[in-house]
Amino acid sequence: MRAQIVVYGVLAALALIAPFLGLYPVFLMKLLCFAMFACAFNLLLGYTKMLSFGHAAYFGASAYVTGWLTTVHGWGTVEAILGGVAVSMLLGLVIGAIAVRRQGIYFAMITLALAQVVYFICLQAQFTGGENGLQGIPRGSLLGLIGLGDDRIMYYFVLAVFVGVFIFIRRIVHSPFGQVLKAIRANEPRAISLGYKVDRYKLTAFVLSASLAGLAGSLKALVLGFATLSDVSQTTSGEVILMTLLGGSGTFLGPVIGANVVVTLQEYLSDIVGAWVSVIIGAIFVVCVMIFRRGFVGEIERRFARRAA
Amino acid sequence: VTTVFGVPLPAILGQLMLGLVNGSFYALLSLGLAVIFGLLGVVNFAHGAFYMLGAFAAYVGLQVLGINYWWALLLAPLAVGLLGVVIERLFLRHLYQVEPVYGLLLTFGIALIAEGIMRSLFGSSGKSYPVPALLQGGFNLGFMVLPIYRAWVVLASVTVCAMTWFLIERTRLGAMLRAATENARLVQAFGINVPLMVMCTYGAGVALAALAGVLAAPVIQVSPLMGSSLVIVVFAVVVIGGMGSIVGAIVSGLVLGLVEGLTKVVYPEASNIVVFIIMAVVLIWRPAGLFGKEQ
Repeated sequence: MRAQIVVYGVLAALALIAPFLGLYPVFLMKLLCFAMFACAFNLLLGYTKMLSFGHAAYFGASAYVTGWLTTVHGWGTVEAILGGVAVSMLLGLVIGAIAVRRQGIYFAMITLALAQVVYFICLQAQFTGGENGLQGIPRGSLLGLIGLGDDRIMYYFVLAVFVGVFIFIRRIVHSPFGQVLKAIRANEPRAISLGYKVDRYKLTAFVLSASLAGLAGSLKALVLGFATLSDVSQTTSGEVILMTLLGGSGTFLGPVIGANVVVTLQEYLSDIVGAWVSVIIGAIFVVCVMIFRRGFVGEIERRFARRAA
Repeated sequence: VTTVFGVPLPAILGQLMLGLVNGSFYALLSLGLAVIFGLLGVVNFAHGAFYMLGAFAAYVGLQVLGINYWWALLLAPLAVGLLGVVIERLFLRHLYQVEPVYGLLLTFGIALIAEGIMRSLFGSSGKSYPVPALLQGGFNLGFMVLPIYRAWVVLASVTVCAMTWFLIERTRLGAMLRAATENARLVQAFGINVPLMVMCTYGAGVALAALAGVLAAPVIQVSPLMGSSLVIVVFAVVVIGGMGSIVGAIVSGLVLGLVEGLTKVVYPEASNIVVFIIMAVVLIWRPAGLFGKEQ
């Protein structure tokens, strides 16, 4: 417990002073957005063992909607974020309601296929700008009070939202609702026989996860100023799985670390090696699945648990 | 000109023909996917990548080694199937004990690697592969011209599908395969080398995907990303047909190709998503798929 407090304290301090360490704030914010995305995804994979292979749909749809609301309709930043989250919540409800009817790999394939529908809608609809995506999304201000144009102010805003989401997810996992999710993960038939409406719990978790993924997507659109097809693509869906798996699914810090590693790799390698980046990402995938299924944090926790025993 | 719902009949027939050609590819791909899933319990995400590798094997074979189309039909599936065997031996085999989603994730990683390598070597732009001399031109059916090559694709694919069905459902080897699907340990106890059979099954399923790639090379642009979105459609096809069902995979592949072609005539905007919509409807109505058995 004490070790945990120390780790979180150090991480919080690092996050607070990061913009003053010479790190590029936009890059830091991108890290935070993808970390939030991975945490949202982990709520599903880590705590209910549901592998959604289409989480980019919620991330990207929300990014598009937020961008569209601010650029075309001139909505304020907060309202536009909420609008984006509402859309991904709705998408999560519809897709989740269909997908939770099946388990395991079927669930993965169904979420993947339905996410592809979202992708094609984004490709063909007018408001998304088709192949070009939405450009020049303004950051606006916080309820007209604080302008977010400055990278450092925006950074602290994103950081605050991220910390809020992180605490919220911890709260959910430790709540009675979270305990039921873990019971379903451990033994679904038994949870059913105990009288829990398993499908309803799974759907709630799915909608929560989709909404938080949407929040991450909205913030990403505001931070970088654009929303593109790659935000809704299966590549992004695959990447968030990798982030979670690499860091350690079912751990709180795992997805954060995984997201940082994957985004940093992409940022720095794509300039040097070009298309080989996807080879490297694929190779990390293979290594993770073959010999590193617990991820970084999972492995560390296991070492600690062993020493304590 | 005869019209149906205001659309000229030749246009409809033309789209149906294209749909049937696409359906042939769906059928070959979903058949391989179903066979692999049936025995290995693995959803092979790399199926689209193997399809792409098949097409590239034909392309490189022709450009570099001068191997013609007919030899490519034989050699490309063999080469790619061999690669599949190696992947099964080195990686997949070690995942049968853990949850099935890891097989999906592993093959996803392999697909990324294969596509990345091909993109680095050949770039993202499409390459064209010539239609073999013997199959150029078309039959004039009076109401439309039927390109010989497209007719060949449908014929070849249906024949291969039928042969695979016969092999699995009507031969001794197929009986062993089906028995191993039901209870691998028991079949092994009878002295049948199940791990070898599993390895060869994966290779064969992958070879079917590569064969589809060679057949597709002359009608589409050969590019590193040609399989990555196709594989998702094929997943939907397999879910609609019922996972692991051989007949379901073949029939729903062909039918969904036709439906997609028809959608292109009636409401082109929806042609990309119609298969997924059908999948959603089937799942609500019959969760096990049209030909699948409820466990």
